Amino acid sequence: MDIQSICVMGGYGKTGEPEKVERFELNMGDIISIVGPTGCGKTTLINDIELFANRNTPSNRLVMINGETINEDFTFDPRKHPIALISQHTNFLSDLPVGEFLKIHAKVRGGDNPEKMIAETLEFANQLTGEAIIVHTGMTELSGGQTRSLLIADAVIIGNSPIILLDEIENAGIHRTKALELLKQFRKIFVFVTHDPHIALLSDYRIIMKNGSMEKLICTNPAERRVAGELGKIDNLMLNFRSFIRSGQEISEQMMVEQMETLKITN
Amino acid sequence: MKLIIFAGPPTCGKTTVIRQVIRRMLKKGHKPAYLKIDVLYADEDRIISEEFNIPSRKLYSGELCPDHCNVVVMDEAVEWAEKSGSDFLFVETAGLCLRCSPYIENSLGVVVLEATSGMNLPYKIGPMLTLADIAVITKIDLISQAEREVFRYRVIEAAKEITVVESNALYGIGIDPIVRHIERSGEIKQPMFLRGNPPVGTCTICVGKKEIGAKNHFGVLRTMEHDLFYIGE
Repeated sequence: MDIQSICVMGGYGKTGEPEKVERFELNMGDIISIVGPTGCGKTTLINDIELFANRNTPSNRLVMINGETINEDFTFDPRKHPIALISQHTNFLSDLPVGEFLKIHAKVRGGDNPEKMIAETLEFANQLTGEAIIVHTGMTELSGGQTRSLLIADAVIIGNSPIILLDEIENAGIHRTKALELLKQFRKIFVFVTHDPHIALLSDYRIIMKNGSMEKLICTNPAERRVAGELGKIDNLMLNFRSFIRSGQEISEQMMVEQMETLKITN
Repeated sequence: MKLIIFAGPPTCGKTTVIRQVIRRMLKKGHKPAYLKIDVLYADEDRIISEEFNIPSRKLYSGELCPDHCNVVVMDEAVEWAEKSGSDFLFVETAGLCLRCSPYIENSLGVVVLEATSGMNLPYKIGPMLTLADIAVITKIDLISQAEREVFRYRVIEAAKEITVVESNALYGIGIDPIVRHIERSGEIKQPMFLRGNPPVGTCTICVGKKEIGAKNHFGVLRTMEHDLFYIGE
């Protein structure tokens, strides 16, 4: 299916009041973040999108693709499903080895070269993890970070979905800036549920959720983009120290000074 | 009278699916009745009757296998539902040994499977899945989308003709297609026949003979080396 746009029409929040954001529309290549305190309904919003809510979910929202509502048969045939939802799961329940699981999924998705897809998926995933995923490992044996890395890679490579919904990419210790960088190479619509200010400001838009309701839609302005750059440096600072500590180094104040200089962070 | 038989492993979400279905059926003006067949304990009949105020009963199979019980009482159950003025009878079975299939010809067979129950489940449960008309996959919110797709594929691999419906019954998601299938299903025809062949079982173990080993039993037996044979009259 050729996806050009996705449109969400507001429903009701937890209080039963109509949502302040009446509608938002995303076109191919757009990135949007959904932010707000825990319990405010961020995950519910992306679940509505994934289900092509048709005023039939508790929020009463309506989701349209290319300006049209979606019929149910389309929703239930995974091969035609244009949306990949990467939920907050940090463990698999599938009692299959990684390679076999990916092979079946590639088959389900109608890929003509499953071996190549599996290799690409693992290569993508292993750029985000600490320790590499081995193809013979059981899915249930993967760590939280490995699980999420594999889910992201699977959605992009095997799912090849034009719309990707990602619930808290920053969780489970995967390399999030790297993930964002890799994802941006693909022209898709990305929806991030996030608590991370860097990711939120790297997006084109952000929706602020409150009490189950879409409260506000903000388009990222040039000043915010500059701040995002600065936050990115701080992110890298944290990541560098994380790898120093992971590799067993002892930390000195001199290292901090050097890092700040290298990353051009000014006080 | 339309007969809808729900089967599935314990705690897979049969009752939750049925409640959501009954709620929608009532809104559409249908008159459902509910029968639960279980072995030792069930309170679903009370829950359903309190929630919907519809004819509702339970039956303990006790010493009998629940699917065996299902076979021997279903004619009376249909009669009871008819007398109570219902036009749909929902039967929820315990489905314990998974080898039997409780579906009856000209009924609608619905198997309920938990998405979390492992990728080999569809191959393990045999006729309960392969003879069903619809497989409802529940608890889809607990696994990733990729796993959902692979689980669905395994279900279709095991039962080629089946209609798969994925549902998060707690939120009433994926219930409408089930209701549509139920409405479209055919009327039950008398006399009724079981859809599949149950496993052979004039079983000495079931009647309480505890000794281990084929030499201590009679009827249809097998050993490690020899397939089924018969000892007795």
